[in-house]
Amino acid sequence: MAYLPAGMPTPQASQDDAAFWDGCNHKKLVIRHCNGCQRFFHPPAPACPRCASTKVDWKEVSGNGTVFTYTIGHHAVHSSLKGHKPYNVAIVLLDDADDVRLVSNVVDVEAHDMKIGMPVSIFWDEISEGVYLPRFKKNIAKEAA
Amino acid sequence: MKFPADLPKNLQPCIIGVGESVYTRRGGHTEKSEFELCLESIRNAAADAGISASQIDGYTSFGFERHEPVVVQAAITAPLLRYASMVWGAGGGGCCSSVMQAAMAVATGQCQFAVAYRSICQGQYERYGEFRARPSGGSYIAPYGLMSPGMMMALVYRRFMQESGATADHLAEVALTVRANAQKNPRAVMYGKPMTREDYFAGRMVADPFRLYDCCLETDGACAVIVTSAELAGKLNRQAVPILAAAQASGERWTSGPMGSHNMPLEDYATINSRQVADALYEQSGLGPQDIDVAQIYDAFTGLIPMALEDYGFCKRGDTVRFIESGALRPGGKLPINTSGGLLSEAYLHGLNLIIEGVRQMRGESVNQVANAKTCLVTSGGGGGHKSALILGR
Repeated sequence: MAYLPAGMPTPQASQDDAAFWDGCNHKKLVIRHCNGCQRFFHPPAPACPRCASTKVDWKEVSGNGTVFTYTIGHHAVHSSLKGHKPYNVAIVLLDDADDVRLVSNVVDVEAHDMKIGMPVSIFWDEISEGVYLPRFKKNIAKEAA
Repeated sequence: MKFPADLPKNLQPCIIGVGESVYTRRGGHTEKSEFELCLESIRNAAADAGISASQIDGYTSFGFERHEPVVVQAAITAPLLRYASMVWGAGGGGCCSSVMQAAMAVATGQCQFAVAYRSICQGQYERYGEFRARPSGGSYIAPYGLMSPGMMMALVYRRFMQESGATADHLAEVALTVRANAQKNPRAVMYGKPMTREDYFAGRMVADPFRLYDCCLETDGACAVIVTSAELAGKLNRQAVPILAAAQASGERWTSGPMGSHNMPLEDYATINSRQVADALYEQSGLGPQDIDVAQIYDAFTGLIPMALEDYGFCKRGDTVRFIESGALRPGGKLPINTSGGLLSEAYLHGLNLIIEGVRQMRGESVNQVANAKTCLVTSGGGGGHKSALILGR
């Protein structure tokens, strides 16, 4: 079962970010990479926000990262969340994509155990048949190290 | 040339009238439509200025205002619309920008009396605290349950706590200060509802670390301010409040900040993207943070205020918690804030009611008047998009 209930809004790909969402559906995390300044950026756009280069590409990254910050939602901000228990929303700073962050959820950590700096790794959460969201799980091996 | 400081004296923009409807909790206005309240606030502002509403020939707004200038124009029987402009994007961050546009329009002679107005009846239309479909950026946040401004700003404030040493106690101090201010303001929705520290901590958690009373009100109402030139104001009997500085800015790669994908530069993350606004205000006016006597700081959430104190130069990171602990924000403190009760306790008009309170302070008419106050900073916005602010004088 997905981390959040069915009925939540789903990704709507646009011409600018179709490759990102298509990657997700193939369980690959691909991030926009600038061939001009060799840096990653997100969300996907047709030009690099640092150097304005339009020579932008996609690169697959590891899906490892750390929790940069988080909140716990207690209020049912959407009709699908009525009666749902509090859930976390985490900003995950990826390990190998410069300063790129993903808004996501850490699916296996209870609210009171969330911490800034917690290592996490990608977990492909199937929200409907063939549609995957990049969510995260606590990276226990890395935390121990 | 620096706007507005270097304008010829007769063209200096000023606020000449302010008006409000009655403010109620969400759903409190059942007899009057949002549009009717919008018109009422504009008529009240015209009356305050000592002009006929039909003399209004300029219109500005921001955020998601629903009532278009041409429709308002007809309803106030104004024969001619000469200027109309909507601040693009930024939600509440566009509030002071709307007054800045009005100021630029009167200063360049495009119109004579420009009204900046905002009406929001969350009981008649959508609630701001819940999911609203948005055309851009939504795919990166909504599927993960990040849907309310409270959660979006809670993420930023959590990071600020980590970097600054702030705790829930500092949020409580802000919430209690602003609520106490509302106890002297009969217009405030939270008038007659004092809050104790125990009440604050008993409030349910909404978006950790924000509890219920860290979040602004969901209200119904409308308000308006009328801007004109010093020359025209001089022919009227009402005390004009000069706009000493007016600025709009957004930092590099901020984009929609916490209302978007949270990919603003890491070093700017735990801010409200207002340092460039502050720089512009102080440069225009020749004033610095030490010259500000009272401030109306955009308080959609308590947590915006500590970050605003840093962006506007009142504190450096690390000193902010001590500044708040010292009682600096309370009446009689070093920097009294949100003297009407703000968005937390007066009403949520996307920030425009903060400008009205700034005008009252400069006229000496606030219910929490700061003695001899000669300057008031008013700020707009905390999360998404660009930010704006004004310095009002007397």
